[in-house]
Amino acid sequence: MSGNMNLTLKVWRQKNAADKGQFVTYKAADISPEMSFLEMLDVVNERLVKGTQDPIHFDHDCREGICGACSLYINGRPHGPKQAITTCQLHMRSFHDGEIITIEPWRATAFPVIKDLAVDRSAFDRIQQAGGFISVNTGGVPDANEIPISKVVSDEAFNSATCISCGACVAACKNASASLFVSAKISQLALLPQGQPERYRRAQAMVAQMDKEGFGNCTNTGACEIECPKEISLTNINRMRRDFYNAKFFKEEEIN
Amino acid sequence: MVLDSKTPQGPLAEKWNKYKFDLKLVNPSNKRKFTVIVVGTGLAGASAAASLAELGYNVKSFCYQDSPRRAHSIAAQGGINAAKNYQNDGDSVYRLFYDTIKGGDYRSRESNVHRLAEESVNIIDQCVAQGVPFAREYGGLLDNRSFGGAQVSRTFYARGQTGQQLLLGAYSALNRQINLGKVEMYNRHEMLDLVMVDGKAQGIVTRDLISGEIESFAGHAVLLCTGGYGNVFYLSTNAMGCNATAIWRAHKKGAFFANPCYTQIHPTCIPVTGDYQSKLTLMSESLRNDGRVWVPKTKELAEQVRKGQVKPGDLKEDDRDYFLERKYPSFGNLVPRDVASRNAKEVCDGGKGVGTTGKAVYLDFADAIHRLGKDAVQAKYGNLFDMYYQITDENPYEMPMRIYPAVHYTMGGLWVDYNLMTSVPGLYALGECNFSDHGANRLGASALMQGLADGYFVIPYTLGDYLAGIGPKPVDTSHPAFAQTKKDIMDQINKFLAMKGTKTLDEYHRDLGLIMWEYCGMARNEAGLLKAKGLIQALKVDFWKNAIVMGENEEMNMSLEKAGRVADFIELGELMVDDALNRKESCGGHFREESQTEEGEAKRDDENFAYVAAWEFKGENTPSELHKEELIFENVKLTQRSYK
Repeated sequence: MSGNMNLTLKVWRQKNAADKGQFVTYKAADISPEMSFLEMLDVVNERLVKGTQDPIHFDHDCREGICGACSLYINGRPHGPKQAITTCQLHMRSFHDGEIITIEPWRATAFPVIKDLAVDRSAFDRIQQAGGFISVNTGGVPDANEIPISKVVSDEAFNSATCISCGACVAACKNASASLFVSAKISQLALLPQGQPERYRRAQAMVAQMDKEGFGNCTNTGACEIECPKEISLTNINRMRRDFYNAKFFKEEEIN
Repeated sequence: MVLDSKTPQGPLAEKWNKYKFDLKLVNPSNKRKFTVIVVGTGLAGASAAASLAELGYNVKSFCYQDSPRRAHSIAAQGGINAAKNYQNDGDSVYRLFYDTIKGGDYRSRESNVHRLAEESVNIIDQCVAQGVPFAREYGGLLDNRSFGGAQVSRTFYARGQTGQQLLLGAYSALNRQINLGKVEMYNRHEMLDLVMVDGKAQGIVTRDLISGEIESFAGHAVLLCTGGYGNVFYLSTNAMGCNATAIWRAHKKGAFFANPCYTQIHPTCIPVTGDYQSKLTLMSESLRNDGRVWVPKTKELAEQVRKGQVKPGDLKEDDRDYFLERKYPSFGNLVPRDVASRNAKEVCDGGKGVGTTGKAVYLDFADAIHRLGKDAVQAKYGNLFDMYYQITDENPYEMPMRIYPAVHYTMGGLWVDYNLMTSVPGLYALGECNFSDHGANRLGASALMQGLADGYFVIPYTLGDYLAGIGPKPVDTSHPAFAQTKKDIMDQINKFLAMKGTKTLDEYHRDLGLIMWEYCGMARNEAGLLKAKGLIQALKVDFWKNAIVMGENEEMNMSLEKAGRVADFIELGELMVDDALNRKESCGGHFREESQTEEGEAKRDDENFAYVAAWEFKGENTPSELHKEELIFENVKLTQRSYK
């Protein structure tokens, strides 16, 4: 079709966690600019399968920018060249005919490669298991309107809560720090009245687990904020630090 | 076999409370002797797993995604209904019950729907206590909006991502129980079969999607919370991984499948652009509050628009057909989902569609922008306009949006009784994967409500009754049924891996989707359905002969994962067609062409079809057996919907 593009892909292929892995070059011919980036990969995979080659594995699910499953480091940027979207929302019209596109998995010690472009992000689950909750059981809670919350505070908590746990912040960071992710989760609950009773215990537990998972330290570079598909703000990291230090120096009696 | 719905006796409003008291309880010190398997971690699965673990049961929880937080409940945009009546606008439990029964076109159980309406209020309390950031007013209290044509404002929301926020709440409760050791979480595990011991569900067989290991797990009960089967249509608003394998294989082990032909087609999705299209994106239904739906008046004009010779904005008012406003003067663009969808398909099939494929109609905001100003429209719909622009590269402030219907939700699912137990003892189905509460059509903002009601507030009570009955006798995987089921699954996997044909799995899936969309979508007729049945049977034969499956079992293998899912979709597709053939009436989300009024509107047939059609699997390539559960209406009067 006219207007379609011929592209060259350099894709990271790695059979499993133990494999060394390498870049493999593929031709992606006749790609419509209307396709999403993942649909382009679908097309390439269909052609690979027809030629009895193993398709390129990558994580994806909702394909509407909310589940956080898709990743991909495209031409050196998490989720590709555009800001504030995920890879599944990226369309091929953002590329031009003849372009060479390099596709890598998230690179971080704490996110080991499973196969090709799919990585293991279960460290994020474990950090949230360590304290990312309010300890209430089902039932026996007050009426929802008995807890008035200022709209400004509620909106700010919501802004933190929009994090989709994709891991782009880690991939963007030269230290592979998970601070933006962890701080967004801590902030959401720290801002709300319901989160106060466990506020300092939560900050300590989640930061401790983050360190245990092997993520790097935050050095205030801010790449995470720029690459975050949900535009989570660096302010969250300040909130996390404040709660963490408060916990360490002043709130020991509340923690144990 | 007579289907016993176990609907309690007594006045509607007292049934659930009285029933809860009558249910047997498990002694607190015995709860830890029971293991419950929960498959799926969406709203229903995560809330059930967390709530049961809090009670003291040991829970094993499974999801195919890399994290429980990615289950597709996450993508729900609009909101969640609850009969809180915070707005003082006349809402009540009874009104929510009534609206849901009527919206479902009188094809659901009164008792279940009333229970859902009762529990709706508790859900909001629970979510707020967990820290779910619902929208608020400046006074600090919760905001509500009117949604999906409801006459009261009962919908709670969190901007355009209510699903994500509710799921993160349930996920946090689940995480807490994982941390406490009461839930064992298995990510990237796909359930491939149900294990039956002495006629009861007692475990599952799974495949580890990283290592390929086939494992079995034993439990005193199995809860399926695996979502809908809309991906039978290939293109839908579901996630790519959403599948019917868990419920389909449970069906083959004896769980009846109820009303499989009830699917909901959502009118406002972004249209298909080409064959490579992998999924459809929903645009919130709220857009129809201010957008006007139209197509060019004649085929000739439509063709000029499609070729780009005429811009839509340049078409004179006289050259436009605002078909919903014309046909339904009192509801206009706000007719229910099924009516809007059917009419859009009809005008496109008549050659008046727009867009390069001709499969789209306009949703035009020019009048709204003129009337309210661009800023006001932006404040209301800004994020949706941005999303549209992102996908289509067209600016909806300047050009009318193009929309087309897409499969969005499946009201059918495994048949369950009042306890949410399927026809297999010990096997339960919660959330979208059961048939229970939405009849033949689901109202907006009701899916989240049902998933959470089932998981937080129904199953913790009803499951106890079953467990108390069977007693805390230990279960493990040593029974020969486990080894046998594992072997059956291994055989099937080896069969798949030996398939080295010429056609890809996606090609089969696409073919199936086209058949279903064309003949078993929003409008059906007998001739078309019979044709579809033949086509699906032929597709199935061809699939097992010519499909290509790549790789090995002992690795991450998306081809193998897809093979099982497509094989199951094909079989389920045939059952959907059988069910559609049987239901010779128009109702809810579907239009049976033989059953229409003189004006061409849907005509329900209460005399002959006021029942739940529950299908029993009778063996491969053998017709399924239909069982009927009569629907009894003691409280509402059945009326015909009219939107003229």
